[in-house]
Amino acid sequence: MIELKNISKRFGEKIVLENISAAFEKGKTNLVIGGSGSGKTVLMKCMVGLLEVDSGEVFFDARNFSSLNFKERKPFRQEIGMVFQGGALFDSLNVERNIMFPLSMFTDMSDSEKRDRANDCLKRVNLINVNKLFPSELSGGMKKRVAIARAIAPNPKYLFLDEPNSGLDPQTSILIDNLVKEITEEYQTTTVINTHDMNSVMEIGDKIIFLHKGRKWWEGSNMEITSSKNNELKDFIFASKILRELLEKN
Amino acid sequence: MGFSSMGIVAITSIFMGAVITIQTVYNLVNPLVPLWAVGVVTRDSIILEFAPTMISLVLAGKVGSSIASEIGTMRVTEQIDALEIMGINSSGYLTVPKLSAAIMIFPFIVVISMFLGILGGWIAGDLSGVISSAEYIRGVQDSFVPFNVTFAIIKTIAFAFLIVTISAYQGFYTKGGALEVGRSSTQAVVFSSIMILVFDYVLTQLILA
Repeated sequence: MIELKNISKRFGEKIVLENISAAFEKGKTNLVIGGSGSGKTVLMKCMVGLLEVDSGEVFFDARNFSSLNFKERKPFRQEIGMVFQGGALFDSLNVERNIMFPLSMFTDMSDSEKRDRANDCLKRVNLINVNKLFPSELSGGMKKRVAIARAIAPNPKYLFLDEPNSGLDPQTSILIDNLVKEITEEYQTTTVINTHDMNSVMEIGDKIIFLHKGRKWWEGSNMEITSSKNNELKDFIFASKILRELLEKN
Repeated sequence: MGFSSMGIVAITSIFMGAVITIQTVYNLVNPLVPLWAVGVVTRDSIILEFAPTMISLVLAGKVGSSIASEIGTMRVTEQIDALEIMGINSSGYLTVPKLSAAIMIFPFIVVISMFLGILGGWIAGDLSGVISSAEYIRGVQDSFVPFNVTFAIIKTIAFAFLIVTISAYQGFYTKGGALEVGRSSTQAVVFSSIMILVFDYVLTQLILA
């Protein structure tokens, strides 16, 4: 479980996050939704320690992560897998080496063991015969899947995905959503996903928090979201006329 | 790191030596100064100044911009964040191997440049007929000071350090997208070149004066 307690972050005079508290449960897909500039990515970067919080605390299974320095965080790093918006695959390494990279950092596995693990992870994300390809030779969806394979390679307890559906066609987007849901349940990870994709919200949102102007405005599940009375949330989820009409019909 | 720049280094060095030789002959109007002195002037100019400084400026353009754009692209595509998530000290991880390679390889390139520069002067002098091979070679062999080569290597190591650290810094703190990566690359070359010239003066003042 990941717990956030009163997280605040500002850049200069601009308040980006204000007093955010939330809890993300193990084995569930926890979604952070909100419009562009609502603070989703900053919140995720604060959670994983890429940005330091100005105030508040982040707990990983009751262990205070935000109070630790760079060295002390090292053991936590092995437990964290992150998929960045663009994949963030290393351009100079092929797919196999990309997935083996975190294993080299965190484990004493031999090269053949690392290669086997990389192949297992690639199979898990339904990719075959791409081991020797370089990131520049992959499509957007394949990059995302390789990034997921790299993130799950060291068996992380906590999985973070920053807008995994952005720039993908609807079919690939659904494929990624299902994959993340399956991995979360199979590996019992605490998964946190930043998204503004309403399809993901409805399909895989076990728990959802809605950010608006750096503050948490709503918290609930995909079953409750459409019946919410929160005006900002309603504006966000019913921005699509088609969706609004469909829900009205139902 | 630098070996792919050997082509431009070779061309620069040969023509640099050729021009120094011809210009020195052109300016040598005093009949009391023997013609073989052209060899001495060419050799010392190349060893002390042209090979380390000019070639470092060339390498600042080629290697420096390459480092800044590579690290800058890694920054804007979140590859550096991906390294940090894995608990890697990204600045050290990305900079130290490049710095070690530059410090080890640049002196070799500069020594090759010295050789090619002196060779270029010889060929140009002989082909244009302004100085005979025998006189040029006599000049090149006359009153050679080995410390000059050591001094050139010291300068080159300092310049290698400047090129890599300045370029890596520019790349590492890139913010934005492709346009900013290009800007970082340009700034890396400009700042490296200025610092090379400043340190050229400082080191010459400290060691030779």
